[in-house]
Amino acid sequence: MAAVTISTRAPAATRASRRMPRLGTAVVAVAAYVIAVIFLLPYLEMVITALRPQSQLLDRDYLPSHFAWSNFATLWSTGLGRNIESSLEIAGGATVLVLLVAIPAAYYSARRKFRGRALFLVLVLVTQMFQPTALVVGIYRQFNDLNMINSIWSLILVNAGFNLAFAIWILNAYFTAIPKDLEEAALVDGTTRFGAMLRVVVPVAWPGIVTALIFTFIAAWNEFIVALTLTTNNTTAPLTVALNGYIGQYQVDWQHLLGGSVVATIPVIILFAFIEGKVVGGLTAGSVK
Amino acid sequence: MQETTAEVAGAGELARKRPPDGRTSGAGRRLGRRLLPLAWVGPAAGLIVFAVIWPVYEMFHTSFQNISPIGIVLGSNGTKNYSTLFHEPAFGSVVVRTIIWTAVVVTVTMAIALPLAQLFNQRFPGRRVARWALIAPWAASVMMTSIVFRWMLDPNNGAINVLLHQVGILKNFNSTTADWLGRPDAAMVWMMGVAIFVSLPFSTYTLLAGLQAIPQDVYEAARVDGASRLGTYRSITLPLLRRAALIAALINLMNVFNSFPIIWEMTGGGPGYETSTTTVFMYILKQSNIGEAGAMSVVNFGIVIVIVLAFLRASRWNSEVN
Repeated sequence: MAAVTISTRAPAATRASRRMPRLGTAVVAVAAYVIAVIFLLPYLEMVITALRPQSQLLDRDYLPSHFAWSNFATLWSTGLGRNIESSLEIAGGATVLVLLVAIPAAYYSARRKFRGRALFLVLVLVTQMFQPTALVVGIYRQFNDLNMINSIWSLILVNAGFNLAFAIWILNAYFTAIPKDLEEAALVDGTTRFGAMLRVVVPVAWPGIVTALIFTFIAAWNEFIVALTLTTNNTTAPLTVALNGYIGQYQVDWQHLLGGSVVATIPVIILFAFIEGKVVGGLTAGSVK
Repeated sequence: MQETTAEVAGAGELARKRPPDGRTSGAGRRLGRRLLPLAWVGPAAGLIVFAVIWPVYEMFHTSFQNISPIGIVLGSNGTKNYSTLFHEPAFGSVVVRTIIWTAVVVTVTMAIALPLAQLFNQRFPGRRVARWALIAPWAASVMMTSIVFRWMLDPNNGAINVLLHQVGILKNFNSTTADWLGRPDAAMVWMMGVAIFVSLPFSTYTLLAGLQAIPQDVYEAARVDGASRLGTYRSITLPLLRRAALIAALINLMNVFNSFPIIWEMTGGGPGYETSTTTVFMYILKQSNIGEAGAMSVVNFGIVIVIVLAFLRASRWNSEVN
C-alpha cells in the first residue's frame, strides 16, 4: 500500500478551480442518493415485511395499512432468544479469542525479526485465501472425529481461525506505524515487553483493534455454512441456521423469517458503519505484501 | 518472565551493561531466546493450524475414504470417489455453470463498481451518509440478503413482481413467468444479480481507496499539459487504479467462486442440479456420500487455484506489484 503514503496536499487554489459547477454537483448528489436507496431497499423490505400485520402478509402492495409491532413479541415466543444467545456466544467468543492471540502475534511480528517470521506471515497470508465454504467437508470430518458436533466451541474455534488473518494484518499495520520510542521508554524503566505492549502500544493502536474486533464479530455473526454443517439441533444453532427452521418444505413462515433477519441484520449494519473506511486497507493489505 | 528480561536487554544497548547472571547465560539463554517468539506467535499459529490446515488435510483424506451415509468409515476407497464424481451426469454442467457464474458476476461487479466508485468519490453534500448506505449488503449476512430477495421474487406478491406488474412486464401473478426462481435460466440470472449486489460494496470501496490514493498533483500536471478530461482519465486514472482493481477482482473471484448461501437459500441448487455450482453440488453430495463430497471439494480447490493463477498471469500481476 505504498501508494497511499504519497498523497499530497492540493493547493487551495487548484481545489477551488476543480470544484464542479453547482448543477453538476446536484446531478451527482441525486444519482448517489438514488443508488444509496437502492442498496437499502432489500433491508427496508425486510423491516416492512417483519412489521406487516398477519392478515396483510399476502397483499400486493409495498406498505401495509399499519405496522404490527407485536410481531416481534410473537417472534420472541417462538424461542428465537436461545439462538440469539448462541450467535452472541459464537461471535463474542471468536472475537475475544482472535484478539487474545492476534494482538501478541501482530505486535511481535511487527517489532522483532525472529526465525520463522516469514513462515508465520506466509501462513497468515494463505489463511486469508482459504474459505470455510471450500473446506467445509474437512471441517465437518475434523469436528466429527473430535466429537464436537453441536458444540459452541467448535464454531468459536473455526470462526476465530478463519478471521485471524485479517486481524493480524490490520493490527500489524497499526503496530508498525507506531514509533518504537514510545515503548522503548517503558522498557528502559524495567517494564516487560508484554507489559509495554499492553500499557503503551495497545492504547495507541486502539482504532485498529476496534476495527479488527467489529469485523471479526460481524463475520462470525453472519457465518452460515460452517454453522449449518456443525449444528444438527436447534439448541446450539446460531440465528443464521435457526432461521432456516422457518422455511418448511411447502410453506415458508415469511413473517418470522424476516423478523428474525431484521434482528440479525440491522444491528450489524449499524456496527459496520463505524469501521466502514478502515476495512478495505486490512482486507487488501495481505494481497499486496 | 526471565526470558522476557533477557529479551528486553538484548533489544536495546543495555545488553552490555547487564550484570552477568549465572542462571540465564549460555545455552539456556540461547534456547530461551529461540523459544521466545513461540510464546508470542505460537497461539496464533496454533489456531491457524487447528482451524485451517487440519481441515485441508481432512478434506484430502476424506476424498480417498469409503464412508457410509451415516458416517462410518469403511476403509480406504482409493480413487473411487473421484471416478464416481466424474461419472455423475450433472458434474460437467455444474463445473461449466460455476465458471460462467464466476466470470459473469465478477466482470459485471467490476464494471459497475468502477463508475460507482467515481461517483462516490465526487464531493457532494451528504456523501458520508450515502456511502454508509452502500455498505449495507456488505455488513448484512449474505444468507439473509438472499432470503429477502427470494421473498421479493415471490410469485404471489413479491415486491419485485408487484413492480413488474405495475409497469406492465408481468401479466399474471402466480404464473410461470412470476415464478422466476422456478425456472433454472431465470433463477441463475436473478441469483447472479444478488451475487453482484452483495459483491459491489467491497469492490466499490476498494476502488474508492484506489482513487483516493492517486495524488492530486498528477492531475494538476495533466491539466497544465492541456490534456482533455477523457485523456486524463484514460492515461492517468485507469492505469493508477489498476492495482486496486486487480485486488478487488482477485478477492471477488475467490468469494464468488466459493459462494454458497445465495443459491442454497434461493433455489437449493435445483430443480435437479440445474442451478447448482460446485460448492452447492458438494454440499448436496455431502448428505449422501461424504467421500465423494470430499473429492468434489478437492476438485473445487484445484479449480480455484487454476483460476487464480490464470488471472494473475493474464493480468500480469507481478509486473504491476513489483
